[in-house]
Amino acid sequence: MKVINAVLCPGCGSLCDDNEVYVEDNKIVKVRTDCAISTSKFLNFNKDRNTTPLIRVDGELKPTTLEAAIERVARILVEAEYPLIYGWSLTSCEAQKKGVELAEEVGGVIDNTTTVCHGPSILGVQDFGEPTCSLGEVRARADLIIYWGCNPSSAHTRHMKRYSSLSKGRFRLPEQRKVVVVDVRKTPTARNANLFIQVKPNQDYELMAALKMMLQNEEIEEQEVAGVPVEQIEELAELMRSCEFGVLFFGLGLTMSEGKERNIDGAITLVRELNRWTKFAIMPMRGHYNVTGANKVFTWQTGYPYAVDFSRGYPRYEPGDTTAVDVLSRGYNDATLVVASDPVANLPKDAVKHLCSKPLAVIDPHISLTAFMADVVIPCAFVGIEEGGTAYRMDGVGMILKKVVEPPEGILPDTQILDLILKRVRELKGGR
Amino acid sequence: MEYLLKNGYVVDPANKIDCERKDIAVKDGKIVESVDESKAKVIDVKDMLVMPGGVDLHSHIAGSKVNIGRLFRPEDHYKDYEVKKGVRRSGVGHSVPSIFTTGYRYATLGYTTVFEPATPPLKTVHTHDELNDIPILDKACFPLFGNNWFVMEYIRDGKLEECAAYIAWLMRSVKGYAIKVVDPGGVEAWKWGGTVQDFDQEVPRFGITPREIVRGLVKVNKMLGLPHPIHVHANQLGVPGNYKTTLRTLDAVKDLAAGDRPIIHLTHVQFNAYGGVDYLSLSSGADAVADYVNKNPHVTIDIGQVIFGDTTTMTADGPFEYKLFTLLRGKWANADVEVETGAGVVPITYSRSNYVHAVMWAIGLELALLIEDPWRVFITTDHPNGGPFTEYPRVFSWLMSKEARAKVLKKLPRLARARTNLKDIDREYTFYDLAISTRAATAKILGLSNKGHLGVGADADIAVYNINPKEVNPSKDYKTVRQAFAKAYLTMKDGEIVAKEGEIVSAPVGRTYWVNTKAPQDIEDAVIPEVKRLFEDYYTIRYENYYIPESYLACSAPIQPLEPAG
Repeated sequence: MKVINAVLCPGCGSLCDDNEVYVEDNKIVKVRTDCAISTSKFLNFNKDRNTTPLIRVDGELKPTTLEAAIERVARILVEAEYPLIYGWSLTSCEAQKKGVELAEEVGGVIDNTTTVCHGPSILGVQDFGEPTCSLGEVRARADLIIYWGCNPSSAHTRHMKRYSSLSKGRFRLPEQRKVVVVDVRKTPTARNANLFIQVKPNQDYELMAALKMMLQNEEIEEQEVAGVPVEQIEELAELMRSCEFGVLFFGLGLTMSEGKERNIDGAITLVRELNRWTKFAIMPMRGHYNVTGANKVFTWQTGYPYAVDFSRGYPRYEPGDTTAVDVLSRGYNDATLVVASDPVANLPKDAVKHLCSKPLAVIDPHISLTAFMADVVIPCAFVGIEEGGTAYRMDGVGMILKKVVEPPEGILPDTQILDLILKRVRELKGGR
Repeated sequence: MEYLLKNGYVVDPANKIDCERKDIAVKDGKIVESVDESKAKVIDVKDMLVMPGGVDLHSHIAGSKVNIGRLFRPEDHYKDYEVKKGVRRSGVGHSVPSIFTTGYRYATLGYTTVFEPATPPLKTVHTHDELNDIPILDKACFPLFGNNWFVMEYIRDGKLEECAAYIAWLMRSVKGYAIKVVDPGGVEAWKWGGTVQDFDQEVPRFGITPREIVRGLVKVNKMLGLPHPIHVHANQLGVPGNYKTTLRTLDAVKDLAAGDRPIIHLTHVQFNAYGGVDYLSLSSGADAVADYVNKNPHVTIDIGQVIFGDTTTMTADGPFEYKLFTLLRGKWANADVEVETGAGVVPITYSRSNYVHAVMWAIGLELALLIEDPWRVFITTDHPNGGPFTEYPRVFSWLMSKEARAKVLKKLPRLARARTNLKDIDREYTFYDLAISTRAATAKILGLSNKGHLGVGADADIAVYNINPKEVNPSKDYKTVRQAFAKAYLTMKDGEIVAKEGEIVSAPVGRTYWVNTKAPQDIEDAVIPEVKRLFEDYYTIRYENYYIPESYLACSAPIQPLEPAG
C-alpha cells in the first residue's frame, strides 16, 4: 500500500491540501481527513464511471471511438456560427487555458460557472474593489469573523477549523475570536455563533445600509430594519468597529438573493468604511474547487474573468449579454461544448431548453444530466485524482494538484482531449 | 537560422561602440563573429539604429496583484484590444494588458527581457503561471522578503546565516531571482491597520526596525552571492518629505559596500524623492537624492516616471495603496498574504493640471538627468504605477530633448514649475546614454552576462529602429525619436525575428531565470527542519505544496550564484 500525503482535495473552494490518500493496486482504499465531502469524493469518484465515448445515433447514445467523438465535437464547433463553451470550475487551469484558446479559434463565447454563483461578486469588485487577504491572515489575526449568507458547517466543512473561526493562529486562538452569522435561517453555522442575526429574505442590502448609518453615527428612527431590531444592529456595528481584525465571508445568500451585485456593492463599501476604524477584510466563499482558477486564467489571458465573447476576433465582456444564461435563454448560440460542469442540472429552464435543442457536446468523467442530453460525450480523467494540474483556492493561492491513481485505460485528461479537438478544428478550418 | 544585419549604425555601450556602421552576424541564437553570406539571410538595415534588445528590470507584468488590476478594471480594456492574427493571440490593453498582449507590445518596442519585480512567495505559482504564458520575452520574478516573519525574526535574533539559508531555500523553492524588499516592516504593521512611520520605528510585535531589515538583507544578499543587489522599495512611499527616508535608507548600508559594486537598488525613486511637508507644499527632492547617488557608487536606481493619463497603481505596499484610496475614494483592492507580504491596487489618472502630479512628473525626469552616470540610473515607469510601459518612447524623447520637456512644462501649474528643478536642466540623453540606461546597465545590474550587448557570444536579442542616429537630431526631432522607438523596425529574440514594424512574426517561448542558490549544507540542514516545523503553524498550506518544481516553468533557466556561498 502506498501512502500519498499533502494531497489537495478537488472538492470545494477551500482546497485543503493536507489529505493523506492510501492507494493499493491503483485504487484509493482510504483517505485521512476530517471532511465527509472529501472522503466521499476520494472514495466514490470512480462510481458510475463512463469509460466509452458516446455519440447519439437515432436518438440514443451509442459507444464510439475517441477519434470519431473528437471529429464530431470539432465539426459541431466549426459548423456553428456562435458556439458556447461552458463549465471549467471542476478542472485544472491547464484545461481552462485550452478552453480559452478553443473559444478564440472558433469565435465563440466562453463562460465559467461563476456566471451562476459569484458573478455578482465580481461585478461588485469591478464597482468598488476588494479589500481582502489570504486565509492565513484570517487564521493569524482575526478576532471577529462574520459569515453572511453562507454556511461553512455544511458547504465548506473544514473552513472554520483550518482557516477561520476555530483555527489556531499565531496571534489568535479560537476562544479569542467572536463569530457572527447573518442568515435568513438558523443554519448549523449559526448555532455555534456568538451572535446570530436573522435577516428577512432579500433584505440584506437594507441591513448593510443600516450598519453603515450606525458607523457614521446617524440615527435610525425605525424599530427594526430587515427584520432585525435596531439594538441588535447597533451591537453588530459596535462589534465591527471595535475588533482588531475583522473579516466578512459571504456566500450565495448574498450573491443570488434580490439585489445581487448591489448586495456585494453594499458589503464591499461596508468593509471599506470599516477600515477607517480597524482592519477589515472581505472574501467570497467560492464553491467549486477551481472556479477561482477559471476567473484567474480567463482574466490573465483575455482581460476579463468570465463571459468572454470572441465573435469579433478579440475578447469582449458584456455581463447580461455574453453570460451563459443570457446567451442560452435568448437563443443566441447554435451549439454548446460543456466541460467539467453540469448545466442541465442547475441552469434555469429556458436556458436548458435551448441548450438541449442545439448540438451539444460534453467532456466529463461521469455521465452527468447534461451528458444524458448530449449528442456526443467524451469521458475524461478525474482532475485532482487521476490527473495533476493547477488549481486556485478561494483566496487566490495557486497550488499544484496531485495525481494519485492512473485513469482507466484509454481515458485521457480533458486538457489532452481539448488539444486534440483544437488541432482537428484547425485542420477543418484550414480545409475550407 | 543565420542572419546578417547589414549596414546599420550600432550602439552597443557594453562594448564601447557608439553609432558605428557595423554588420551584426547571428547564428543559432547567438551573436557570432561572421556568417556565410551565401547561406545567411541578409537583412539590409542601412542607416538604421541597431541596439541590443531592451532589458527592463522593473515592470509589473505578471502575478496576483497584476491580475487583480486586470480583473477589476474592465474599463481599462474596452477601448484597447487586439484581434487574433496569425501567430498573434487576441487580447486587450491598456495599463494592465492581458498576458499575450504584454509580450507582443514589449517586443514591438524592441524589449526582449522583462523582470516582474514583486511576487509573494506563497502566490508564486500564480506568477509563474502568467510568466509561462508571456510569449517571446525572457523573464524572472523577485520574491518579497521585507515583511517576512522568518526573515524579521532571524535578523532580529542576529541569525544572519540562518536567514541566508532560509532565503536560499525559499528562492530555490519558488524559483525566484532576487531579494525584493517593499516598505520593510510597514506591510506587517498594515496587517493590523497601522503603518511604520519612521525608518527607526519598531515593527509591531516583531521588535525590529526597517533599518535592521534592510541592513540584514544586504548582508544576506552578499553571503548568497545573488547576481542582483537587494531591490528596495523604500518606506514612506508617496509621502511628502520622504526623500529624507530615502537618503537614510541608502546611507544605512553604505558601510557594507566593498569596492564599486552596487549593493542596493532603489526602485521607482520618483515616488520616494518628495520634498515639502504635505501635499500643499510638495516639492522635488530629486536633487538631494541625485547628489547622493552621484557621490556613492553602492547605489543604483530606476526612476518610475509618471505619464499623464489613466493607469493602475499596484504594489506590495498595501498601506500606501490604502492612503491613496483615502485620497481618491475610487476603487481599492487590498490583498494581504500570510507570513510574507501584502498588496494593494488603486486606479489613478495623472493629470497635468494637478499640482502634485505635475511635480511627480518633473521629479522622475530630474532623477534621470541629474544622476550623471547612466550605468546607475535606469528608465522605468514602474509599469503600470507611473504609466504603462508602452509610453517608454515618450520618456526617451523627454530625456533626449529639452525642447520636448519644455513643451510639457509650460502646460503645468506655475507652482509646480517653481518647486521643481527641471526647467533649469540642460542635459539631453544621447542614443549611447539611452542604450546604457535601458539595456547595457540593466543587464549588468541583473547579472545577465548574455544580455544587453551585441558582443560575440551574447544572446541574439536585437532591436533595430528606423531612425538614422547620424542625421536625426533628437533634441529637435523628438517626435521622430518617439515614433521610431514606439515601433521597432525589427526585433530579434534568440536569433529569431519576432516582430517587424509592429507586426508579430513569431512568438517563441521565453526563458524564466531563477537563481539556484544554496547556503552551506550544515546550516541548511539545521534551518530547513525548523522552517518545516513552523510552516504548519504559520501557513495554511502544507510545506510540501509550497515547492514549485522546475518542470513547472515553461522554459527554466537556472543561474548559479556569483560566488560560492559562505
